[in-house]
Amino acid sequence: MEALSIGLDAFFLAPFRDMFSLPDLLIQVIWEGFVSGVLYALIALGFVLIYKASSVFNFAQGIMVVFAALVLVSLYNYGVPAWLALILTIGVMGLLALSIERVILRKLVNQHEAILLMATIGLTLIIKGAGQLFFGGEPKSMITEELGLSTGSSDWEVFDGIVIFQHIDIAAAVIAIIMVAALALFFSKTRIGRALRAVADDHQAALSVGISLNQIWAIVWFASGIVALVTGIMWGARSDVSFALEIIALKALAVLILGGFTSVPGAIVGGLIVGIGEKLFEVYWGPIFGGGVEAWFAYVLALIFLLFRPQGMFGERHIERV
Amino acid sequence: MNIKKLGCSAIAFAAMAVGMPVAQAEDTLFMPSLTYRTGPFAGGGIPFADGYADYFNMLNERDGGIGGAKVVVEECETAYNTQKGVECYEATKGKGALAYSPLSTGISLAIIPKAPVDEIPVFSMGYGLSAAAIGEKFPWTFVYPTTYWNQLSSILKYIDSNGGIEGKKIGFIYLDVGYGKEPLPLLDSLSGTMGFEVAKYPIGVKEMQNQSAQWLNVRKDRPDWMIMWGWGAMNPTAVKEAAKIRFPLDRFIGNWWAGSHNDLRAVGQAGKGYLAANFSGIGTDFPALQDVITHVVDKGNSKVASKDDVGNVLYNRGLFNAVVLAEAVRVAQAKTGTAAITSADMRYGLENINLDEARLKELGLEGFTGPIKGSCSDHEGAGAVFMQQWNGEDWEKVTDLIEPMNDTVRPLLEEAAEKYISDKPEWQSQTCG
Repeated sequence: MEALSIGLDAFFLAPFRDMFSLPDLLIQVIWEGFVSGVLYALIALGFVLIYKASSVFNFAQGIMVVFAALVLVSLYNYGVPAWLALILTIGVMGLLALSIERVILRKLVNQHEAILLMATIGLTLIIKGAGQLFFGGEPKSMITEELGLSTGSSDWEVFDGIVIFQHIDIAAAVIAIIMVAALALFFSKTRIGRALRAVADDHQAALSVGISLNQIWAIVWFASGIVALVTGIMWGARSDVSFALEIIALKALAVLILGGFTSVPGAIVGGLIVGIGEKLFEVYWGPIFGGGVEAWFAYVLALIFLLFRPQGMFGERHIERV
Repeated sequence: MNIKKLGCSAIAFAAMAVGMPVAQAEDTLFMPSLTYRTGPFAGGGIPFADGYADYFNMLNERDGGIGGAKVVVEECETAYNTQKGVECYEATKGKGALAYSPLSTGISLAIIPKAPVDEIPVFSMGYGLSAAAIGEKFPWTFVYPTTYWNQLSSILKYIDSNGGIEGKKIGFIYLDVGYGKEPLPLLDSLSGTMGFEVAKYPIGVKEMQNQSAQWLNVRKDRPDWMIMWGWGAMNPTAVKEAAKIRFPLDRFIGNWWAGSHNDLRAVGQAGKGYLAANFSGIGTDFPALQDVITHVVDKGNSKVASKDDVGNVLYNRGLFNAVVLAEAVRVAQAKTGTAAITSADMRYGLENINLDEARLKELGLEGFTGPIKGSCSDHEGAGAVFMQQWNGEDWEKVTDLIEPMNDTVRPLLEEAAEKYISDKPEWQSQTCG
């Protein structure tokens, strides 16, 4: 009975006591979770864009993050000025999008979703092989300062403690918000954006009113490539640029299940829930499990959502009549 | 018989008479290299594989091989994947493999049980399984120059000599796989005997670049020192996160797999002060390294991306792996009198190795590492480590060799070895020597 009481206290009361005893740490945990959430949301956004337009779960999104970051850093290392390298990398991602549409997607129109998924797995292997062939497997440093992103920090003294804000994290949050706003405007206010939404709703109907499916797919893969580049810069700045970055994309799967595969706001909200949730859980509940709970927290959360709301918070509910 | 043939026969006869190996024209020494030039851990795998291959190639170019037999290095890509590592092992063992050094605790653990069956030694240089130091129980496995457990004891000794360890809190951040977890039993054991508290911070492979929560735990727990058992992308991320929470980096010590140039280049000045253990020399200021540059790198026969990579921490570690194997070949050749030794001879060579200071000087590696002397019972060599510190741009050696706490660790290793073989009846009758 005493053991049960101690256990209940450790799980339900002690974490909250810790939060209130060190409020500056709590703010720091929430901030770190927010930044991670924004970065997860960026990866998830890449998936959502492609899924909306083509119902393809793009398995290659993770390796596109690595590829974009490697192109940028390698161009700089070859002597290209940072900003020109950034522009050229955007161009390379555009070429990649066109190539994917021409060589792979165009030949797979009207094929089953599983075939398209398999095609993106093949694409992953091709990009990975090409990346290792051209850039080598050794890790590289992200050109953070060269791109004008500050690597310093600012302190906020609060509750007799300190909260540290890394400038790169602030930049990540601001850039992510700008990107989401830009994408939202693009989808709702431009002709191409409206065409994209039409394609997302019904391929056949969109084709019948003269919308070019090939053009839309190329645009959406290009937009996804830009998102991958931004994600690569931000994650690369926190660690290094290596093929290990690809693993980060796995976390986006949980975000997508939470937010829904077809919802841009869902990717953002899902990312923030996973980001903040896993940080709070690791710091305040992690010690009960021996630490390392971040590795599974997001997937358990996703599993719960799959049980009770499989379409996610913002996803469309599919009803198939048989 | 012409004069030339007569001369050759006379030389061969004379060589046999004085116990030197006799090389046939086709004699070769097959050294498989289980590499990982691809995948998330390629940053460690590439320089290690380059150093390993370049040293053997240098011996071929400079000396015509070892004892007259050319060394054939065949790479097989594992991507640090245990299953692929075992596939590589199976694909190469039939080619006359003399020894395996997979640079992966996971692959080592998988092929250690195969070693006595196939009679091919495993040289797991400075990585798992620590218990393999006990030669009587692991006759086919070698872990020179020292084990993870003894390395940890040297790190704890360093902490003790820098302000004392009793009553202190030691944080241990580790990659949450077999490699990272291996020193935990010793850490728990020594925390009781040395009187320090331990806080553990596991990092999953998927979280290597996403460690901020664990570092917030470090901020909450306020350990006096941090020790890291990391690999790959985990290392630069950890140092960046430590700097981010303003943990004093001169109280943050990585093990010998968490202190390479690739780990700290991405961190740069922010990592200034970070410490790491090491057992192989830094830089090219050794005659053997100069020979590698002259005979291999300058001739364009190395895979290094840049000449500047020669002499880096992990390049030299791979080179040292080849040095130990080459020396074991020489010991085996001297015993058998043949150049083309077998893997069983190689086991003898590894067990009877004696890389003392005089021999290291002869090899052009004076001061590169501590002496290693093997024996039937000691497959570890009880080597020592030194500390290196990142100055913002490069690593600097900052201590002399720190001897491990062998008296404390050896009984624990014997206990672990006994436990390992307890459920393997076929291992009970094995013996070294």
